[in-house]
Amino acid sequence: MTIEISLHNFDGPLDLLLHLIKTNEMDIADIQMVEITEQYLSVIEHMKQLNLDVAGEFLLMAATLIHIKSRMLLPVIEEPDSEEDELDPRAELVRRLLEYQRYKDAANSLDRLPCLKREVFLRQFVESDVAGVGAEEDLSIGIYQLAAAFHQLLRHSQVEFIHEVVREQLSVADFVHKILDQLGRCGQQSFTDLFPHGATRQEMVVTFLAMLELVKMRMVKISQSVEFQPIWLRLAVSATEMDPASLDEGAFGYG
Amino acid sequence: MDERCRAVAALIFAAEGPLSLDRLCQFFECSRADLRPAIAQLQELYPPRKSGFYLAEVAGGYQFRTDSDLATWLGKLNRERPFRFSQAALETLAMVAYRQPVTRGEIEYLRGVDSGGVLKTLLDKGFLRILGKKDVPGRPLMYGTSKHFLEFFGLKDLSALPTLKEFSALEPVPDSEPGRVETEGEARPLLISNEVEPTTE
Repeated sequence: MTIEISLHNFDGPLDLLLHLIKTNEMDIADIQMVEITEQYLSVIEHMKQLNLDVAGEFLLMAATLIHIKSRMLLPVIEEPDSEEDELDPRAELVRRLLEYQRYKDAANSLDRLPCLKREVFLRQFVESDVAGVGAEEDLSIGIYQLAAAFHQLLRHSQVEFIHEVVREQLSVADFVHKILDQLGRCGQQSFTDLFPHGATRQEMVVTFLAMLELVKMRMVKISQSVEFQPIWLRLAVSATEMDPASLDEGAFGYG
Repeated sequence: MDERCRAVAALIFAAEGPLSLDRLCQFFECSRADLRPAIAQLQELYPPRKSGFYLAEVAGGYQFRTDSDLATWLGKLNRERPFRFSQAALETLAMVAYRQPVTRGEIEYLRGVDSGGVLKTLLDKGFLRILGKKDVPGRPLMYGTSKHFLEFFGLKDLSALPTLKEFSALEPVPDSEPGRVETEGEARPLLISNEVEPTTE
């Protein structure tokens, strides 16, 4: 028997199982475990083929069905001591199904009650009307509403500082001068030596930016003789040609 | 109709929510017994299906409500689409209503699916409230229905809930809607139902 089932119709594994049992017109007290398990598993297989996420609950029910099926294959050993043991492995499942159906039915009767804003309407009130009559009576508030209100308050209040991270202010201008000083002393410097060992990530970034600025201003020349060989930085201007004003912090626009 | 009786009607008309007898007694500084005749007189004056609205007894109080058979007319007044519960929400609401106080674990066992999200939504919408913690390991929260739940469904109190049926057989599948149980109308040869009172603790 092939089953065409739209999975969105089912609220959970119990719902699906109920549907399978009903469509097969089985007696709830005598569920054919082999048949039901087979059909249930094929539905789950179908879900997988449709690339739907098979919810854990459906898989749990599948395992339960297989477990019951296997228990039914075993001979029943009647022990005189274990009176409370249920002889029929299906008993708990049947109880759950019937209980579930009971609430499903209750849910439907609830839905048939005349509801506010659907069948029954009240006079509409605006905020200012509410303040007067009856306001005192509505003072009772549940813990959930209270917690929700507090939660909302917390969200709107200022964020509490647990730990403040002080940002080190590094200036590109400072590093420009540092590079110029170093180059002025040694004439040339390798790219890797520009970044001293143990420098922070921030220092390295700012050093690199300073170097790029110098190249842009044509004050430093970068060269490499052969690929993968050291990169060299050289002063492109003589110390006298430098314009100190152009090396001010503001000139670089990093703020 | 004497002035007090008219005042009671006016107060109920003007109040935002259902007005309880105790609250009315506070207004008039009298005993409940003094006001009962007035209420009875008003209920006689404003019965359902007579003048378009009626004096309803909801959530432990009195309120004027429109007749439910006029829904199609009143629906036009309402711009927002009528509120609809999902099947999951209805099931969960029913379980809480009939079994309260009930924990999330108990609901999940009954439904066979995770119900945390549904419970949260129902709490947010004010249909449920937390009744306390159950004295078992883990101290789970116990849920119950709220006053708003009674107002929404127009119930006087929890005993006014539809009776919970006891099933010993499955209901047949209706042809129209697979996977959903419908109880009204058709003959149900398979069904053996014993009406039981809902638990109202």
